[in-house]
Amino acid sequence: MLENDFMQVNNDQIVMLERLCNACAVSGDEGEVRSIVLEQVQPVADEVSVDPMGNVLAKRYGAGERRMRVMVAAHMDEVGLMLTNDEGDGVFRFETVGGIAAQQLPAKEMSIGNDHIPGIVGAVPIHLTSLSERQKDIPLDNMRIDVGTENAGKVKIGDRAVFATKFHQQGNSISAKAIDDRIGVAILLRLFTNPPPNIDLFAAFTVQEEVGLRGARVAAFALDPDLAVALDCTPANDLPGWDEGEDQWAKNTRYNTRLGEGAAIYVADRGTLSDPRLVSHFVKIAEETGISYQFRQPGGGATDAGAIHTQRSGIPSISVSVPARHIHTAVAIARISDWENTQKLIFHSLTGITRDSLNRNG
Amino acid sequence: MEDKFIFLKSLISTSGLSGYETPVRKQVSSAWEPLADELKTSRLGSLHGLRKGSGDEPRESILLAAHMDAIGLMVTGKVEGFLRVTEMGGIDGRVLPGQAVTVHGREELNGTIALPPNHLLPSHLHGKAVPLEYLLVDVGLPPSEVEEKIRVGDLVSFAQPPIELGKDILAGHSLDNRASVAALTFCLNNLQGRAFEWDVWAAATVQEEETFGGAYTSAFELTPKLAVAIDVTHGAGPGTKEHKTVPFGKGPALGWGPNIHPALHEAFKTVAGRFEIPHILEALPRHSGTDAFAMQVAAAGIPTMVISIPLRYMHTPVEMVVLKDITRTARLLAEFIVELDDQFMQKLAWDTE
Repeated sequence: MLENDFMQVNNDQIVMLERLCNACAVSGDEGEVRSIVLEQVQPVADEVSVDPMGNVLAKRYGAGERRMRVMVAAHMDEVGLMLTNDEGDGVFRFETVGGIAAQQLPAKEMSIGNDHIPGIVGAVPIHLTSLSERQKDIPLDNMRIDVGTENAGKVKIGDRAVFATKFHQQGNSISAKAIDDRIGVAILLRLFTNPPPNIDLFAAFTVQEEVGLRGARVAAFALDPDLAVALDCTPANDLPGWDEGEDQWAKNTRYNTRLGEGAAIYVADRGTLSDPRLVSHFVKIAEETGISYQFRQPGGGATDAGAIHTQRSGIPSISVSVPARHIHTAVAIARISDWENTQKLIFHSLTGITRDSLNRNG
Repeated sequence: MEDKFIFLKSLISTSGLSGYETPVRKQVSSAWEPLADELKTSRLGSLHGLRKGSGDEPRESILLAAHMDAIGLMVTGKVEGFLRVTEMGGIDGRVLPGQAVTVHGREELNGTIALPPNHLLPSHLHGKAVPLEYLLVDVGLPPSEVEEKIRVGDLVSFAQPPIELGKDILAGHSLDNRASVAALTFCLNNLQGRAFEWDVWAAATVQEEETFGGAYTSAFELTPKLAVAIDVTHGAGPGTKEHKTVPFGKGPALGWGPNIHPALHEAFKTVAGRFEIPHILEALPRHSGTDAFAMQVAAAGIPTMVISIPLRYMHTPVEMVVLKDITRTARLLAEFIVELDDQFMQKLAWDTE
């Protein structure tokens, strides 16, 4: 069991997470988060570089012989919008960047561009709609961002927009936008400042995960690691299920992960079959140290591991995520205890990893 | 201008759902304290503030009514730590997914409105907009804490903070109708130190969004000679049709139709013209959807007027107003009041053959 473990989530980390979540960094425009990452890693890194796509690749060398080169990836980008057409008077058309359901957009405050100019995705008042209209989802094409006439000149086509959600901590829960994957970034920053001494830690703060795992692909090529861990955020669909037969709420068996049940270890998703040796190793460490963990239900979705594991001649990979509800919406919710368990699991699993962990005969 | 913005922002940050207006009534009461000769609360909770005129007694009075209640949600059930809710006021369920809310339980809790994934919804809803009954409020707490802290009947209000879109445009929830409460307050402020004959009753009414209960009962209790409902109306914006809205940011809308006494409309229009206050004609062919509907038929009947502040995205958490339209409304009301004399009611006499 772990006592007084220094990988606990502390207040500084919560402050850092708030800063990260409040940054505007839509896929392809990750600068605001990149600045924060560089500010944090530069003082302690043995090597830092920013590659042609904007990935931050930071290395800390460990001590000892035959050290494993371990890549840990967390993506800096979030899903958002891009302004695509100026209709005058501060009204703009937009499109989504990454997977955002259109149902999540009406009547929201957005934050636009590097200056965080406020804008509204409005909605036609209920009084001016008919019952049959209200039974159909509002098409994305009908939606507009409205910045008002005064600020019309402060935004332009090509600017990105993100939800302008306020970060809240309430008991053991955090609600914010972009918990996917700023929580992974926060964990990786902590790991980078307290690295397991037995490995070479290659931290990859990747770009463009949400639009096709694109940053991770080139980062893995450049880093050429022995193994990789993708640190992401995965849906907790642990809402009540619906029993069609009984026509009422019932036990949900397709929850993906559940809040409060610890770090989510992936066995398989749409992008990757996690290396079984790594899965065994992580589970063994969790059991030995009393870290709370769960298995993410196999199914859809992908992480940076999807692009990493097929790079070069193959890189054994695993994904470990913090569960969160309502990701890719304005307000996601995660538990600090799940965050902490994920952070501890990564640290202790990598501290305990050796070349033998990857024995085929083990 | 800045102080007015601050006051309006604090007004929309105070809870006051229909039937539960106490928090906002307290706030308006503090604001009206220095501006009224008398303040009292009606039996249903409306706030009445009196500014006495200087005319000979018995003085005629004008009632200016702005409803202070706002729309929101109410908890109808708990399922595994999530809340089921119903609407208090007309809400399009399609604007709810992902909204930040405050649950007013045994303590104030932050929450969000969750749209369950398709595989957790009945199949007859696949491909359709999900109605309010199937949305869930998530406060992120374990079910045992939810049991302890939240009850059926607890209120849920929007938590969208006010949004400043430049110096003169404000957005947020409850601008319907706190924008009008602000206009009424600015009118009272304008009347400070000015001479006028009639008594002025300012009423921040309750329950407009559900029953018009405040308007019916305040008009009956105060027995004014004239009653003006100050409300909001649809300002033209993205997705709206021109013929269903009024221009946005071009001044208050003066209502015309069966809820409005035509001569009273003309009188307001004349004052607006004389003082060069931009204004718009709004056709209200049927139920005006305002307190005027109720006040007109209180007791033996009262001549009523509707003055509306154009507002975009009504009944969503991102309603939008131009501050200038609020100050124009305040000024129009004040100048109208200052001109009222003991001959005014004759203008409203209907023609007799």
